[in-house]
Formats: sequence, C-alpha cells, structure tokens
Amino acid sequence: MTQKFRLENVGLINRNKKLSFKFNGKIYFGYEGDTLASALIANGVHLVGRSFKYHRPRGFFGAGVDEPYAIVQLYRNNETEPNIKATEQELFEGLEAKSVNCWPSVNFDIGAINNFLKIFLPAGFYYKTFMWPKSFWYRVYEPFIRKAAGLGVASTKHDKERYEHKYEYCDLLIAGSGPSGLASAYAAAKNGARVILAEDKPRFGGSLLTSDVNIGNQSGEDWANSIISELKEMPNVVVKNRSQVFGYYDHNMLVMSEKVSDHLPKTKKYHPKQRLWHIRAKEVLISSGSIERPLVFGNNDTPGVMLSSAAKEYLKVYGVLVGKNPLVFTNNDSGYETAIEFKKNGINPIILDSRVNPQSEIIDEAISLGIKIKFSYVVVAAHGYKKVSSADIAKISDNKKELGTVENMKCDCICVSGFWTPTIHLASQSGNKTKFNEEIDAFVPGTSKQNETTLGSANGIFTLEETLKDSFTAGQDLSKKITNNDNKISFPNVVEKKSSQHDKFWCVPLPKGKSYKRFLDFQNDVAVSDIEIALKEGYRSIEHVKRYTTLGMATDQGKTSNLNGLQLVSDIENKVVPAVGHTTFRPPYTPISIGAIVGREVGKHSKPTRKSPMHSWHEKNNAVFVDAGVWLRPRYYKQGNETLFEASKREAKNVRTNVGVCDVTTLGKIDIKGPDAAELLNRVYTNAWLKLPVGKARYGVMLREDGIIMDDGTTTRISENHYHMTTTTAQAANVLSHLEYYLQLVWPELNVNVVSTTEQWAGAAIAGPKSRKLLEKLFPNNDVSNDGLPFMGYMESDLFGVKARIFRISFSGELAYEVNVESDNGQFMWEKIIELGQEFQVQPYGTEALSTLRIEMGHVAGSELDGRTISYDTSLEGLISKKKDFIGKRSLNREAFTSSDRQKIVGVVPLDKKTSIPEGSHLVKDAKAPLPNKKLGHISASCWSVEHDNPFSLAILKDGKNMIGEKLFVMSPLKNKVIPVEIVSSHYVDPKGERVRS
Amino acid sequence: MLHIKCPYCGMRSQNEFSYGGDASVKRPELNKEISDEEWDNFVYNRKSLRGKHLELWQHLSGCRQWIKVERDTATHEIFNTYKADEEIS
Ligand SMILES: [Zn+2]
Repeated sequence: MTQKFRLENVGLINRNKKLSFKFNGKIYFGYEGDTLASALIANGVHLVGRSFKYHRPRGFFGAGVDEPYAIVQLYRNNETEPNIKATEQELFEGLEAKSVNCWPSVNFDIGAINNFLKIFLPAGFYYKTFMWPKSFWYRVYEPFIRKAAGLGVASTKHDKERYEHKYEYCDLLIAGSGPSGLASAYAAAKNGARVILAEDKPRFGGSLLTSDVNIGNQSGEDWANSIISELKEMPNVVVKNRSQVFGYYDHNMLVMSEKVSDHLPKTKKYHPKQRLWHIRAKEVLISSGSIERPLVFGNNDTPGVMLSSAAKEYLKVYGVLVGKNPLVFTNNDSGYETAIEFKKNGINPIILDSRVNPQSEIIDEAISLGIKIKFSYVVVAAHGYKKVSSADIAKISDNKKELGTVENMKCDCICVSGFWTPTIHLASQSGNKTKFNEEIDAFVPGTSKQNETTLGSANGIFTLEETLKDSFTAGQDLSKKITNNDNKISFPNVVEKKSSQHDKFWCVPLPKGKSYKRFLDFQNDVAVSDIEIALKEGYRSIEHVKRYTTLGMATDQGKTSNLNGLQLVSDIENKVVPAVGHTTFRPPYTPISIGAIVGREVGKHSKPTRKSPMHSWHEKNNAVFVDAGVWLRPRYYKQGNETLFEASKREAKNVRTNVGVCDVTTLGKIDIKGPDAAELLNRVYTNAWLKLPVGKARYGVMLREDGIIMDDGTTTRISENHYHMTTTTAQAANVLSHLEYYLQLVWPELNVNVVSTTEQWAGAAIAGPKSRKLLEKLFPNNDVSNDGLPFMGYMESDLFGVKARIFRISFSGELAYEVNVESDNGQFMWEKIIELGQEFQVQPYGTEALSTLRIEMGHVAGSELDGRTISYDTSLEGLISKKKDFIGKRSLNREAFTSSDRQKIVGVVPLDKKTSIPEGSHLVKDAKAPLPNKKLGHISASCWSVEHDNPFSLAILKDGKNMIGEKLFVMSPLKNKVIPVEIVSSHYVDPKGERVRS
Repeated sequence: MLHIKCPYCGMRSQNEFSYGGDASVKRPELNKEISDEEWDNFVYNRKSLRGKHLELWQHLSGCRQWIKVERDTATHEIFNTYKADEEIS
C-alpha cells in the first residue's frame, strides 16, 4: 500500500526504515520517526474515532500533547493500553491500535444516532438525567450511556511491565526544549550549573523544527541540534526527551514522567517502561511553549479540520500532507506560515483571513508566492462526513456580526489558527497568580510564588529574538546566583519574519436559519449552544459552567478549549475575560499511567518484608506464613494433609500437655538506659515501677493521653539503670516515637535514652508443663527451678557458648519462658531447642495456636486493645496505680469511662458447643428484634478451646461485669449466622493463674 | 512534597518526617490539680490555624529528633525550624 500523502525528501523521518503497523485490523506502512498519527495521515486515514457524547466522526486536530480527538487503544507486547494519543505514540514495527468509543466499528456506528438526537443531549444532560425518575434511569439511560460513552478499555491482566522512580536534585530544571529552553539551558550549563532539560517529544527543538527562522547563520533546526549535542556532552547537564514535567508541587518539587520504552515494540530486558522523576530544583524555567487556539464555526469538529500549526508540523517534521486541497482559516499570521509551506511543496492553498487589511512580511511573502488570499472572509461551516469535502465561506462585516452571501468551496482540509495560548499550567500549579494579557487575549504568568520563571511563548513572548534574549539572560543570571560563575555568551544573529497584530475575532456567527454545532471542547462535545444554555439557566461562576457543561473536563483538560470557553462566557455576559476568571490548573498536565505513579511498590514490594533469623528453619519445616504487619510469621506448621484448624489445634494442645516453641522475634523491643529510666516507666505505664528489683520483669499497660490503651507488654530490669521493654509487634514503632516524644519535648530533664533493639534479638517462647525440663537441658549450669527462676524472673545465661537472656514470662498461660539471643544466633538457639526438646515432644507452634492459647486464657491482644478500650474494659484496671500520676490518667474520670454499665471483656460460648463464632459479630439480646437491633457488644477474638474442646470467644460487652451467665445471641449478617450463646468469664482456662507460677 | 530543614541533619524530604501537631501545646505538669476544661484543651482542642503555625515534626527516618517547624498552613512556606529545646524568637 502506498503512502499517498507522503512527500518525498521532506521531514525528519528515517525513510530507510519502513515500519508496518495495524490500525483497526488493516495493515499500513510508515517510517521510523513517525507518530501513529503522522503515519495514518500519510496513508490518507483521517477517521480515527467517534466523539464522546454525540459519537460524531473524529480525526486529528493537533500533532502532540494537545490532541483532543485521536485517542486509541494500543496493543503492544501482548498487552493493551487505553487512551493513548495517536499524536504522541511513536510508530514501531508491528504496532497495533484500534479506535475507541465506536462500537461496533468506526465506520458504522450506532452511537452516531446521537448526532440526530442531539437535541436531547444539551448542556447538563447528565445532571438533568439524574433528576429523572429512578426506574427510567435504570432501564433506559444507564444502559444507553454505558454502551455509548466511555473511552478505552483498561486491561484486566496484571501489568508485567516495570516502572521506576528516580529522585534527583538540580540547580535548574528546564521544562521544554524549544528556543527558550535551549537558550536558557545553554547559558546556565556554561556557568557550571547542574541542569536538567526535559522535552516531552522525541525530538528536541520545539517550534524551531517547524518555523522558518535563522539563528547564527544556521536554520532553527540546525541551531537546536548543535546546542543539544553540546549540552549532551556536558557532565553537569542531563538532557531528556520523551519526558513530560507534569506537576509542580511545594518547595520546588516537580514530577516528570519519562517514557523509556513506549516507543519500542517491546521493553528491553532490565529496562523500565516508564520512569517517574521526582526533581527538587533550585530554580525552574518553564519553557513549555504555547498551543494554537481553534477558530469556532459550524461543524468545526469534522475530520480534516485541524490546527494550522499541526498541519505545518505534519508537513515539516513527517513529510506528510494533511490534504491536497487545503483551506487555511486564520485570524493572524501563523496561518500564512502553514500556507507558505504547502505552496513550497506544490500544493495550492487558499487563505481566508478574518482581518480587513493586515500587512506584514509574512503576508507579503504569501502574496509574492501567488497564494490566493481572501481578507474579511470566514469559514461558516465545514461539510463532509468522514472528512471535510467542502466549506461554506462568507465575507464578514467589519464589526464581525453580519455574514455576506454564503458560497460553497471544495477543499479536503481546513487549517485553523485563532492565535496562541501560552501553556501556563506549570506556573499556575506552582501558585503563580496568572494575569490576563489583553494584547494576546490570553493568560500569562504573573508574580512567581516559588522559584519559577516562565520564558518565551509560554510567557506570551512570540518573537524569536526577544525569546532568545530573555532566555539567555535568565539562564545566565539564575545560574550565576548559584554557581557564582559569569560566563558571557555572545548573542547570535537572529533572522525572523515580523508578524502583524492578530484579530480578536474567533467565533463565526451562524448564518440565518442554520443551527450548526460549533464546538468549543472537542473531546467532551461541548458546543457554543451548551454554554449559552448554561448561562441562560443561571450558571455564572466559570467553575460551575465548567462542571455543568463539562467544558475542559476531558482527558485533554481543555488545552484547546478553555480560552475560547472563557471568551464566550465573557462575550455573553459582557464582561472582560479576567473578570470571568479561569478554572484551576491541577497536575498532572497530561494523563500519567498508574504504573508510573506506583513505581516498583507493587505486590510483594508494596511494603518491606521482614523475616526473623529463624525464617529458613520455618520454611524447611512446612510453615505456612501469615503477614503480621510487615513481618512474615509462621501461622502453623503443616503436617501431612492437615488443615489450618487441625494443625493449630494440635500445636496448641501440645503446649497444654507437653511443650511448644514459638518464634516471638517480631515483638517490639526497646532498650532503656539511664538513671531516670524507672521514673520514665513510672510515668508511661499505669502501674508502679519504682520498686522493681533488678532481675525481675513486670507487665505494664500504657495509655494515650485520652485514656485509651496504647499498648501492653513486659519490661525487665536488666541492671540498675538498664531496662528491656517489649511491645506488641504492631505498636513497636509507635511506642518508640511515643517515648521519644515525652523524653525530648515534655520531660527533657529525665536522663534516659531509648533505642529500638527489635532486630538485635531473636526470641523463642518455650511454653508448656514440660518447659522447665527442656530449660534444664538448654541451660544445665543454671538453676531454673521455681525458686531459682520464679515467675516474672529474669536471668542471663549461656546457651552452649552463646549469650542468652531468659525471661520467665507467659502469654499462653502455661509455665513458660522466653529466651533471647543475639539475632545471628537465632537459628542456633532454635535448633538447640528443637533438638533437646525431642524427648519432651516439643513442637513448634505458629500464630494461630498462639492466639488460641491466649484467647482461652483471656489474655488481651490487639483485637481487644483496638484503640477504643480502656483498662477497665479489658479487666486491666487492677494495674492502675492510685498513688502516682501517669500519661492519660487525668482522662480516666471522664463520664463515659466511669459509667456503671461500662463495657467489659467477657467469654462467649455457643450453647450447642459446636458452632464457631465469627469474629466481629454483634451480641444482641433478641435475635428477632426489629432493625436496628440494639448492639450490646462485639466478638473480638474467637478460637477452638483445646482445653474444653468447644468454640470459645472473647467479647467486649456492655455491662459485661454483670452479664456472666446471661444468654444472648451472636449475629453476623455478613456470614448470615445467628448463634445462641452464654456469657462466661473471659478466663476460660486456669482462672486462678496457677500454671504460670507452677 | 515539603522540604524540611532538620536542625541536626539539614534539608530533607517530607517523607522522612512524621507530623506531630501544634507545638505550642503544653502538657500539664504531672500530679497537678487542673480543671476538666484545661485538660480537654490539652488533649482535644486545637486551633487549626490558617497562616503561620508552629508545629512539631519528628525526623523519623533520620535522627529521630522531634523538631519545631514554623510553617504557613496555607502556603506551606517554612520560615524556620528549631531544635526541641531551642529558644524561639
Ligand atoms: Zn534529623
């Protein structure tokens, strides 16, 4: 297939590399260096999709980031990606793309019926529809809208691509590599500043690639290339193409998305697809250029109507003609540049200029080239369905209100230019108060809030000479401040054509008796009439008009529509544009893929994984792991075909009858040292700590200042001024910060140091009636008898040459010890315990058995200390000292905390002694009571009691103290269960606590 | 993302810090009789200022020091940072 619209010998594409690609199932050819858009246009394909609301045919409107129409579904490397702009997607061999929004096909589209029903889809359609009867909505509107609306389809597969994040610092970040970006980067780099120059397109140079200018006796393009090659060689400069600076955040932090592999058929091994840069810059230069504004006339959304700058770019960069019979419709000199390029390549364009009698060098050149120009002429309406085939044109009166006789003129494209809109998004995001410049009818940056400077056409400067001068100066001055170097650069000679003033006219009136749609927002199908309706219906604020009509709310964020929308509102309201104001620019400037935002923090890598030193032993011994915060802990050790339930029962039973060993390394550990350590503990915990002897451990509960329990654990006095605190696994980090807060800010007079030692110690809990016998084997030289190492006792010992700490503490309620060794010796300790414990039938037990043991003992844990309970609720009020003050004590006299029917922990047993009770279920008095059924409490933890061989749960129950013996119901609507239960003591096993002291 | 100067470590990114609220709040002394109102003001009541605000941050992933930061809550401008025990002029 031939590329009928490709010129010979024009453009920057690589004609030696022909690429094949597929669009809507058909095979085409293009060249390396093409975009999908330029390659399609080269093949004469202009119909690429359907519009969002009316499903009107859509072609190409721009040639880059501003494109509102040409959004496709891309297929690459067995993956699919929605909402790709054909104007930005570079062509690669085998690229496959499909139109979106046009079921069942782009050529035959059921949604196009909307085009004839548009009278039913005016501004505020969605708002009004929501107000219609519900049944109508469900049956008619929702199915209709669902089928007809929407852009691409997200992949349902896991994204196999890799995305990276990078953090970078620089002196100057320069966003955009047009004339202002290149000049400022060059000047700053020569002064030795660390510069990052970012260009969103594959090619550097911006407008220099398409404009007919001369800098220092070189063409604009050659000058750009020479500057870029010099910059690339400099060690203090990072030059990045395919990189869009899309967000400007606080303290001069900018975010840039680099497309590393999107232009390749497949991501290279070890390369990311995209890379997200977080850049902290001392100074930011915004050289993001400007976007041409559309002119508004009837059917101005017809494929083949496009920005004149885009037509010029297709021609000059890609060697592609957007049409062979072009009409150029302009209100300024830019349209002439496009027409001249057509003419130079043997095409005869016709220019319609809305101005009466403009005069400039460019116009003179067009005239001398013999281009036909009609002044005071406008396009009234475009005709043609899948592409423009003709235009209605007319003379317009000097006041731009009256149209002359309408004539029809054949053409195959209409290139429009309504002057230029500076791209001020980044400046605005930084907090810059933008201002309206009447001379160019657009907003430009005003006073900077952060260290940002906007240059060139982004700043409303449209001559090359002034742009280069400003930019060299800015680059030089800003870098001088940072590096103190002052390298002068000689200013090159600049040759450019002078332009004349643009026309303020931009919206063609409708001819009598015609009701053509004149579009403002091409992606969201917002027409002039929609804005008129919104204003008629009383919407005044531009933010409201925007939301009601959806103007500028599409994925292109109104890059081509915002200003025309504002102009229209100000015209109708008889206000000046700045009085109407503009809507807020928010990041991102262009859509960013979720993958890039997430980076590598996906799946397993979304948080760190912490493993105990005994992890590999657990793995080898069939442990099934569970996430406990960031830790991986054995949940149970599977034997044969055991289920979780069977295994945990076996493990718990073995602790109650023989001895078990559990990895408790994950418990938070804090080393506390200093002469005031006891005083700190005394203020942090609710019970008394000043008299704890050396070599003894004590259980403590700490509160927040609001009286709620923060955490619990044991703290052991290792020596005179040295304590070892343990916290729950979950609260370890918070408790450390809590202690640091009080030591540094509230009681700096306390002479105490705290440091986390969680990673330094490996811990094993040895629990069960035979645990002492096992301990005797492990520490044959120590007296571990009940007198030698009593309950809550502590001793330091030696485990076959390894330093060990032995704590006689118990979570399981059995006779139990906890042995700590330095982490590197953890595996050695564990293996010794298993080895020497064989004769006592030692078995490892996981978190499930651990829970079972503590639940039936009535020991509280995270599910009871849930940030809502106080000491009384968990029956820990006995540990509240009446004699001293401590953190949170003053809150305990709050009315709710002292009420006589305050909630309290209880045990719950199903009456049938069989049915397991789902955690989180509610306790109610009457299962059949009408809703809302009054909740008396909730089940905090459930287990199968190995001691009693029936289900047992803990609950936090209102007036729990007086409820023992009551019969209630447990309800779990989630599990659809109603279970009659009896309330019992929370201490279901060994209520007197004799075993731990045995 | 804010850029905060830790008085001990220098300029660091916000994600190394955790926020600790109003730095002007003073914890009542231990063992001192105070009214419910005073206690409630300490535990619950905060001003939620718009503008210059002295607040606490902890350099959690750094030196772990609690520091004071004078920041504008509307513009995020940081005027100064102080060590916990530093006199604030
Ligand atoms: Zn620090």
